[in-house]
Amino acid sequence: MTHDEMTALLERIAAHNPVLFPLFSLEFGDAVVGVERGELLATCRDLFDAGFDRLGMVTAVDRGEVFVLVYRLHSRSLSAAIFVKTQVPRHDPWVDTVVDVWPAALWQEREVFDLFGVEFQGHPDLRRILLPEDFVGHPLRKDYDDPRMIRRPDYI
Amino acid sequence: MPMTIESSRPASTPDGTPVEELVVNIGPSHPSTHGVGRVIVHLDGDIVVRAEPVIGYLHRGIEKMAESRTYLQVVPLTDRLDYVGSMYANWSYCRAVERLAGIRVPERAEYLRVIVCELQRIASHMMGIGASAADTGASTFFIYAFDHRERIVELFEELCGARLTYNYVRPGGVSYDAPEGWFDRVTAFTQAFRYGFDELDQLYFGNAIARGRLKGVGVLTPEDAVAWGASGPTARASGVNWDLRKHDPYSVYPRMDFDVVVGERGDAYDRGRCRLFECLESCRIIDQAVAQISGGPVRTEGLRRLIAPKPGEAYDHIESARGSLGIYLVSDGTPKPYRMHVRSPAFCNLALLPMLAEGHTLSDLIVVLGSLDPVFGEVDR
Repeated sequence: MTHDEMTALLERIAAHNPVLFPLFSLEFGDAVVGVERGELLATCRDLFDAGFDRLGMVTAVDRGEVFVLVYRLHSRSLSAAIFVKTQVPRHDPWVDTVVDVWPAALWQEREVFDLFGVEFQGHPDLRRILLPEDFVGHPLRKDYDDPRMIRRPDYI
Repeated sequence: MPMTIESSRPASTPDGTPVEELVVNIGPSHPSTHGVGRVIVHLDGDIVVRAEPVIGYLHRGIEKMAESRTYLQVVPLTDRLDYVGSMYANWSYCRAVERLAGIRVPERAEYLRVIVCELQRIASHMMGIGASAADTGASTFFIYAFDHRERIVELFEELCGARLTYNYVRPGGVSYDAPEGWFDRVTAFTQAFRYGFDELDQLYFGNAIARGRLKGVGVLTPEDAVAWGASGPTARASGVNWDLRKHDPYSVYPRMDFDVVVGERGDAYDRGRCRLFECLESCRIIDQAVAQISGGPVRTEGLRRLIAPKPGEAYDHIESARGSLGIYLVSDGTPKPYRMHVRSPAFCNLALLPMLAEGHTLSDLIVVLGSLDPVFGEVDR
């Protein structure tokens, strides 16, 4: 899919989804779309209908005040990939689940919940997946501090 | 296969007949799940009502550890992800770093990467099918398959000194050039593999017992394979023709002539046989790469030891033996990654187990687990 075709597709989706703001870039070879967290599910459904039938990856990045959630979608029919990003405030981290759109999110959202503490509303089975059930804290947050953690000295 | 009876709770059939549902913990069965693969199975007689994989026993926090190491120091960590196919995580990570920092890779290094990764694919598949064959009792096939793997591991040992965690692919190239006569030995291996291929195929997939155990077990429809994010031979066996080497080409794969092996039924038999025939395609790629490789450096000259890419993020994925293995890297401009995420194919494929095993017998569950070929280093990270 060329740059122009991708732009046209995203403009078509944005036409009936005004919250989609065109954070459209091809810096590292992939289109990036940013949405408000309330519009994430609707945007994902639109993108699914547009042909993005495969959810490759769900993850999050701790950016201090906010967590940025990153979804990588892929389409075989369009031969295109796209990043959808949304951000949730640190003090109130929740977002709608996309399990209804792609069941692939079932485990991946659990992992984000486990390691970042982001709540996925409507997820059928939101439990810790990699860490024990009684684990305290969310290790991939930047402020996570565990005395047992071995830190490398800053020798560089 | 150690089994412990945890609890049993009464239930009843719709007509009121009391039956007991048995909860069984299935321990390590597939050798790549040694000690850490656990499935809680709810049984009704011999039939699996619900199978729930419990993962995380091998969780070492590699994504967190990467945040406190420099970009080059992370490479040995990626070895420990998929420990029967270390080259792939190396390569995927290095590609993400190269994309982030704008590093160019010499052509000879790209060819060497393709050769080692295709050899790795054969080694990994031999482990995968061999182990799942051993699960069903076909020990002879396991030994034959492991013999092929051993030859490849010897080639790797000669190349980089290690037999399991190679740390061979580095940002900007590969660590060492091939020793004298190494390419001849690679060609000798592919010839020997081709010579023994039919025997290998007939030994297991032509066997009436194996056919009976594998055919029709754990059928995955193409729609489910796409929706659940399955990749690699697991998805291709269902007829999903998707291979990153063909459909999102990287490195020097566009110069190679090979076919994507696609199955029809999506059962355990097709998943296993897909892997076996993929090895034959890998041999084709290796032979072409050995013929095309030319001289030159194997690492980028003048690459600073300390890579500090400008702030930004990059995602890169390659077709590993288990599917699309992607690395998502975020840089904040310092010499250490701000965030690294591993999109692991084994994690996504293992999520299919509850769906595939339901309604089959307990012994079929082992076959289904083996046919998904999970490696828990990569599942748990």
